[in-house]
Amino acid sequence: MRRDVAIVSWASFETPSEPARNEVEMLLPVIQEALGKVGLSQRDIGFTVSGSSDYLQGFPFAFVGALDAVGAWPPIRESHVEMDGAFALYEAVNVLQEEGIDTALVYAFARPSRGELDRTLTLQLDPYVVAPLWPDARSLAGLQAQALKDKGVDVPDVPPTHVADGAVAVVLAVGDRARALTGNPVWIRGIDHRIEPPALGVRDLTVSPSTETAAKVAGASGLDAAYLHVPYPHQELVLRHALGLNGQTVDAAAGPTMVGGLERFAAAAAAISAGRAKRAVAHATSGPCLQQNLVAVLEGAS
Amino acid sequence: MSNRVAVVGVGQTKYAAKRQDVSMAGLLREAAKRALDDAGMGWSDIDAVVIGKAPDMFEGVMMPELYLADALGAVGKPMLRVHTAGSVGGSTGVMASHLVSSGAHKRVLVVCFEKQSESNATWALSIRLPFTGGSVTGAGGYFAPVIRAYMRRANAPDHIGIKVAVKDRLNALRNQYAHLKLPDISEETVRESPMLWDPIRYLETCPSSDGACAVVLADEDTAQGTPNRPAWILGTALRSEPTMGAGRDTVNPHAGRDCAKDVYAQAGITDPRQDLDCAEIYVPFSWYEPMWMENLGFAEEGAGWKMVDDGSTSFDGDMPINPSGGVLSSNPIGASGMCRFAEAALQVRGMAGEHQVDGVRRALGHAYGGGAQFFAMWVVGSEKP
Amino acid sequence: MTDVLVADHAIEYTYTRSTGPIIGAFLAGLRDKRFVGVRASDGRVLVPPAEYDPVTSDDLTELVDVADTGVVTTWTWNDDPVAGQPFDRPFAWALVKLDGADTGLLAAVDVPRDEMRTGLRVHARWADERVGAITDLACFTAGEGEGVTQGTVGEPVAIVETPIRLDFSYTPGVAASRFLRSVEKGEIVGQRCPKCQKVYVPPRGACSMCGVATDEELTLSGKGTVTTFCITNVPSPGLDPPYVTAWIRLDGADITSMFLIQECDPKDVRLGMRVEPVWAEDKQPNIGSIKYYRPSGEPDAPYDDYKEYI
Repeated sequence: MRRDVAIVSWASFETPSEPARNEVEMLLPVIQEALGKVGLSQRDIGFTVSGSSDYLQGFPFAFVGALDAVGAWPPIRESHVEMDGAFALYEAVNVLQEEGIDTALVYAFARPSRGELDRTLTLQLDPYVVAPLWPDARSLAGLQAQALKDKGVDVPDVPPTHVADGAVAVVLAVGDRARALTGNPVWIRGIDHRIEPPALGVRDLTVSPSTETAAKVAGASGLDAAYLHVPYPHQELVLRHALGLNGQTVDAAAGPTMVGGLERFAAAAAAISAGRAKRAVAHATSGPCLQQNLVAVLEGAS
Repeated sequence: MSNRVAVVGVGQTKYAAKRQDVSMAGLLREAAKRALDDAGMGWSDIDAVVIGKAPDMFEGVMMPELYLADALGAVGKPMLRVHTAGSVGGSTGVMASHLVSSGAHKRVLVVCFEKQSESNATWALSIRLPFTGGSVTGAGGYFAPVIRAYMRRANAPDHIGIKVAVKDRLNALRNQYAHLKLPDISEETVRESPMLWDPIRYLETCPSSDGACAVVLADEDTAQGTPNRPAWILGTALRSEPTMGAGRDTVNPHAGRDCAKDVYAQAGITDPRQDLDCAEIYVPFSWYEPMWMENLGFAEEGAGWKMVDDGSTSFDGDMPINPSGGVLSSNPIGASGMCRFAEAALQVRGMAGEHQVDGVRRALGHAYGGGAQFFAMWVVGSEKP
Repeated sequence: MTDVLVADHAIEYTYTRSTGPIIGAFLAGLRDKRFVGVRASDGRVLVPPAEYDPVTSDDLTELVDVADTGVVTTWTWNDDPVAGQPFDRPFAWALVKLDGADTGLLAAVDVPRDEMRTGLRVHARWADERVGAITDLACFTAGEGEGVTQGTVGEPVAIVETPIRLDFSYTPGVAASRFLRSVEKGEIVGQRCPKCQKVYVPPRGACSMCGVATDEELTLSGKGTVTTFCITNVPSPGLDPPYVTAWIRLDGADITSMFLIQECDPKDVRLGMRVEPVWAEDKQPNIGSIKYYRPSGEPDAPYDDYKEYI
């Protein structure tokens, strides 16, 4: 009953600090590259959806201006999540179940190098009893790393929070439309995401039950590779355990905040279409200490 | 739509300028709990939670879904946050309906909110970036010129905006949740109220409210077993266009017309004025009612104001618009669109209480946002499609 | 590389947060130098208290007194404190499980780095002036404290004020910087879309209708036509009401721009009025260098000339 959805194209860009361009100027070439690779224009796209955060850009309604990069004329079917672009992709997979909507453009952008990322992410915490203390993102990750150490896990040091600017665009298509657009569609076999409680003291920071559940629902078994969204290196260990990885190729990256999760889809799709992997997980995370996790299973033609 | 979807529960908070009796979580809870009660469900019956609100800077909480996970029963479940400016209440409903129509979930809780009293919307809407002159204050400063252009284009008389302002406030007297209760309102009091952003008078603008609105969406099997009558979703649509596009029409936006066309086609509506029994539409400034009458195809271009003038849009008119009192009476920004969608559902369920319009079989919920560039709509019906 | 503009930019506001009964009770406890938790559905005592159960999402209402002394369950050393944190010198963050509680509270711990460890017994050090906010707990420090304070907690805190300031270094981008550099020279430079040929002022580097980059530049005269306007009667920083803001279609442009209209009675501003810019003496790369527009004295443009530009 469900329509098969595939990644048919992607493009991404990451730099430690974009010196000049605004979000429109950064996004435009990325979107054009992703559409151009499969010979599509915006007019061929059935649904457009993006992920970004106003707080990273430093002003409200940042996604509104970014729409200028799309060419939304005639008017387009479009939405936006104030989340990592991977969650926008989840929306797109669901919208593509609708008859008559056969293609989707998913994009994300962020320019956190212009602000104070470690302090900005503080605003994700409980606004009454946690955020007023301004705990920085790196320190929260440090609490998680120490909890792992206390369990006897050998963990790497917590480096400074990865700050990067960037944009990513992914083009999705269903069934025969995907096959017509590319010889190597990368099928999304399953996708799910789960959230955990906000209070760090309530959670066991050494495990990731949300990843486990999402992986189970997404059908993450028989994998030969995993593309993990890992803001801090020790979190790879937590995720490997939650996903039951053992011997598979693991590619972990942080990416630009709000972009990094969707970029993992691009990375996994690139590997699968190039034959470097057959069946891989693409993972995205959101919130402090892996609070929310999304898992998708991607596969090439059988 | 691939799988049928119904609204089986609706919950709203009392809207007020300041809801200082509750935390942010407490505010959302109030609406969510009422929606669950209406649906005959508990937290554990819900498969996924979707929230929507306008910019995070209104409350100073970044990605508030992270903080709200336990308050909304989302722990261990999927949770999403939609943000599409003022239309977000509508687009959140549309995105959530896709989670059910796609077959991914059976029961989805959707909650939209704004707790404007945590800050000041005019501050957040007027954050000035370096290098800009910045002479526009808030939404009124932006939309007043558009309204003036409409008045010129349609040759509409000045009293039309006043009539809408009175009508919606009188409707709000029938709505227990409405923020503004102005029993003594009259065309006289509206006309005499201060001219803020000429041609917009004080009483022709919306208030600033705290509040939340929730709906429970369900698949067909679930909807057939819920205690109260479901509202079946007959169609949903979204359309967006750029803010600064050469050749776009801000008075009668192309995106709004396309969005309406799309949702009517899905719902089998050929003549909206004939086929719909009432509509809840996003009217933050009174003049937007006649403007949207044209954009939505209820009236010919240039004739929307005549529907106001002849009483067609009043509570007992042939096309009642905003029987709940609308955004002009309650405006929790990020929830205001969801309120329209939820009120449309209440009307077809026959559950709108004192503001129930007789015999509503099909109703439209509408929201817009940004520079009148983002549109979200759904049509709900009392009969299963 | 283009001469791209950069400027400091801050988002700053003091939020007024209503706390509700449970958080309000916890904060009232801190004001009285004591800790109050809440009992969860599974019997655990949560500190800080949650309003809603993290497992079942049920309302939680049973307040429980816990000790001011507890144990570090995990910690981290913060070598680089940032603005707003409890200390401006290196310090430890920790989750502290208070005696009688089952969950950890995030707080700073004031002990030397080499003494910090998981399992360390710590007690609360209170701020001298307490207002009913999380910052009433200055930090924890090593050793035993007073234990549990019994008795009724004072009136719950209803409101907390939370100042938030984030600093950014803002750049408007390549195209906007070029435009602003032209403004600095007293010129208004637009960009033409290579596809639809429409002219954008100010340019954003893309035609938003076509979704393509724009780079062909052209200089406009600066004169224009009022396509619509608003008379604002509410005060705005630096502007005395009533003042007029108008959407102006600059000659040669295909979109309108918003500017003030002055040197003219607001009552005389009308659709189709021809206007010209008045520049600041000291021009900056800022749109504000065009101080305002004023009537140019030319005859009004006919409606058909500008009705498409609204």
